[in-house]
Amino acid sequence: MRVRTITALLALVLCLFGGSTTTTSAQSLDDALAGFTTDEYSDTDKAITDLAASGNPRAVEIIDALQDGRLYFNADAKKVYIKDKSDTLRDAATGAPASGVSADDLSAVRLNNRLRRTVDAAIGGLTLLSDDPGKRFDAAQSVFKSREESALPTLEAAIAKESDPRIKRALNEARAAILAGKADVAENVRLGAIDTIRGRGDQDALGLLSGIAASSEGPVRNAAQAGMSAIQAKIALWNNLQNVWYGLSLGSVLLLAAIGLAITFGVMGIINMAHGEMVMLGAYTTFVVQEYIRSHNPAWFGMSLFIAIPLAFVVTGLIGVAIERSIIRFLYGRPLETLLATFGLSLILQQAVRTIFGANNREVGAPAFMSGTFDFGGIAITYGRMWIIAFAIIVFIALQLVLRLTPFGLRMRAVTQNRRMASAMGIDTNRIDALAFGLGSGIAGMAGVALSQIDNVSPNLGQSYIIDSFMVVVFGGVGNLWGTLVAAMTLGVANKFLEPFAGAVLGKIVLLIFIILFIQKRPRGLFALKGRAVEA
Amino acid sequence: MSQLLSRVDLRARIAILALIAVAIVVPVLALATPVRSTFHVPPYLVALFGKYLCFALLSVALDLVWGYCGILSLGHGAFFALGGYAMGMYLMRQIGTRGVYADPILPDFMVFLNYKALPLTWWGFNHFPYALLMIVLVPGVLAFAFGWLAFRSRVTGVYLSIITQAMTYALLLAFFRNDMGFGGNNGLTDFKDILGFNVQADATRAILFAITAIVLAVTVIVAQLIVTSKFGKVLIAIRDAESRTRFIGYRVENYKLAVFTLSAVIAGIAGALYVPQVGIINPSEFSPANSIEAVIWVAIGGRGTLVGAALGAVIVNMGKTYFTSALPEYWLFALGLLFILVTLFLPQGIVGLISRRRTIPPAPKGSDVEEGKIDQSDVPAAAR
Repeated sequence: MRVRTITALLALVLCLFGGSTTTTSAQSLDDALAGFTTDEYSDTDKAITDLAASGNPRAVEIIDALQDGRLYFNADAKKVYIKDKSDTLRDAATGAPASGVSADDLSAVRLNNRLRRTVDAAIGGLTLLSDDPGKRFDAAQSVFKSREESALPTLEAAIAKESDPRIKRALNEARAAILAGKADVAENVRLGAIDTIRGRGDQDALGLLSGIAASSEGPVRNAAQAGMSAIQAKIALWNNLQNVWYGLSLGSVLLLAAIGLAITFGVMGIINMAHGEMVMLGAYTTFVVQEYIRSHNPAWFGMSLFIAIPLAFVVTGLIGVAIERSIIRFLYGRPLETLLATFGLSLILQQAVRTIFGANNREVGAPAFMSGTFDFGGIAITYGRMWIIAFAIIVFIALQLVLRLTPFGLRMRAVTQNRRMASAMGIDTNRIDALAFGLGSGIAGMAGVALSQIDNVSPNLGQSYIIDSFMVVVFGGVGNLWGTLVAAMTLGVANKFLEPFAGAVLGKIVLLIFIILFIQKRPRGLFALKGRAVEA
Repeated sequence: MSQLLSRVDLRARIAILALIAVAIVVPVLALATPVRSTFHVPPYLVALFGKYLCFALLSVALDLVWGYCGILSLGHGAFFALGGYAMGMYLMRQIGTRGVYADPILPDFMVFLNYKALPLTWWGFNHFPYALLMIVLVPGVLAFAFGWLAFRSRVTGVYLSIITQAMTYALLLAFFRNDMGFGGNNGLTDFKDILGFNVQADATRAILFAITAIVLAVTVIVAQLIVTSKFGKVLIAIRDAESRTRFIGYRVENYKLAVFTLSAVIAGIAGALYVPQVGIINPSEFSPANSIEAVIWVAIGGRGTLVGAALGAVIVNMGKTYFTSALPEYWLFALGLLFILVTLFLPQGIVGLISRRRTIPPAPKGSDVEEGKIDQSDVPAAAR
């Protein structure tokens, strides 16, 4: 039986490469189809392999129908029909709608488990040689998993023909998967196959090798075991890298949310409880921009984020300046009162947004470049997360440059380090305060644009980030943006590494407790500003 | 005795007399008058005002640390909730076989979550005295441990506020977990009786109300005595000039720790009185917003006035009850505006406003402004 399948598949290969003509293939198609009409398993089996070997373009559709139980035959007329998805009967040989045939005269072609395997192998064989590279790759993967020996000759043929290195590797791995498990293959071939599987290095390869190690002896077994431990080490490494990546991703979100807070806290020594609401307003700005683009110029949708980012900066920055001028400047020297007033403000902003936009989540779409994933080694990276990390880094660098290189940055740093001295040197500290507050709020707004891509845009958006942002700022230390960066990334990565052991919630609790204890040890954070540190 | 009494000022005396009067009159009106009488107090009002008085108690506790010692705790809701949980656990154990699953030992949610035996944390809560002990001990020990660490390391100002907020946030997350064995996000509810009396009954409600009023009166007296004692003077000194007080030779951290722990215990008692009157305790009581709301009660009533704090709690919560039923849209606007307007224009709160109008007692010197001056002149911004 196996020999026959292989010959049939070889025949298929031969006709595919041998330049068979349509007439012969039509002829062999009719011959093959006849096998379905006898209602004998052995004939059906032959029919499947013949059909696959025929190289006829209709073969795939027919075998598909057979697999789904949609293939019918009329024993008297020796005709085979396909019932398609909309329940209309069509002639299997031509694909034309079959008129005047009643479903009552037909019976379905029956399958048993052995035949199902033949069907799978036939489909696998057919798609291994498909013109579509994606289908070829998928077929190679499915052969790797099924390890159907009957596919071996087709595989060899496909390997010889393949030019795409990625698919070629997959085909080679599939071949190795079949060979490595076969006891009747020469030992050095099996060892080579195990090496190939080891090179694949994923969970499937691990499972395959453990099966081989359990069922074989001697050098093969040793090689399989060595391969297993190598793969396990590799998987562990990639898992750690994946955790680091997730951690950096979370850290960049924390950084975006906290960096504005770090500025206002650093310069003015006040905690802005409405900071989270600035983030939320930034997210809603994105929503409004996208709504406007959708209704006026849908072609620009891909650009919506690039429009939203500066707009959010301006909108929230102006709101920030307005808040500073109307409320906060009356409360200087009273940080705790400022905290309360800004909390009240956050309630008002939340309720205002709820009244205007409704309490439900708002749909903010992702432009094409933000969606999708790609594989980097053993980890899957989503484009959205990657761009957010990039954006956080850009914002951080831009802010550092503003603080280092512009006159405004110079004055701001002076006020942070020593307010009275700066004032004595002729710096208008009130103006710096207002601008710093506007800058911090504006950055929060830009953070909101980024967060709108990964979180629900609702009036409560800001609240979920505000405590985390405080933690980052307090942990990192005031007046030093590097501290904020280090703190955000540390907390992000630590959170992701704690999650597998402790669960998401407990991990977060552990971190909160850690920060509470850390503050006892270093009350001014990781990177405290050095200076004349009089106890307040 | 008379010397002690003389330290309770006029404001507090009026408040205490009023509380004692309500403690007697309300239960009488609720229970002894016919339902149709104009003097009849319906049971829901008794429960509602009982709740307000619990908040007032929490507010007084907060005023003690913030108004007199300058410690702005954004985590007092946590102590309140812990006291509430301790009481809730006692009440859960009293349900016994009347629960849905009729387990004599395990509360319903434990049967539901397949607990085999009572967790250690729940042992002893079938005894009322043990529960009372825990109501005092759990918030007290937590506050002591937290304060011992924080005050010794000289964590002050906004830093302290933020880590107290982190504390209540961590507890919020922890109590949401089913594994903690405190009922997860459903919390504890469906209470049947307390000390053998039905918690739902009008008489029990009235008595609980009276007890709450009395406890509040006693707390105001005790707090008055504390803040007018030598100890209290040191607290005020710490509030106004912490470094100076330390340099004079006082162990600032010990004073802070003592008042912080005491305040947490009072908050825990408030929570314990709150739970049987509202009939439920769940993790949302730990939410940081609740603790901040308590701060605004104090600010509105007048920080550093004790009676004002209690008054602020009752007024804000009456407003909340009215707004959330009549104009639910506008409650957060109103509360937010309160925060802003009170901090901007009413630094002494309602009580401060009244005192200033009457100008009989001279307006207490604004400690904040002085604190601000000190900060501005002596301390670089980074150290603030």
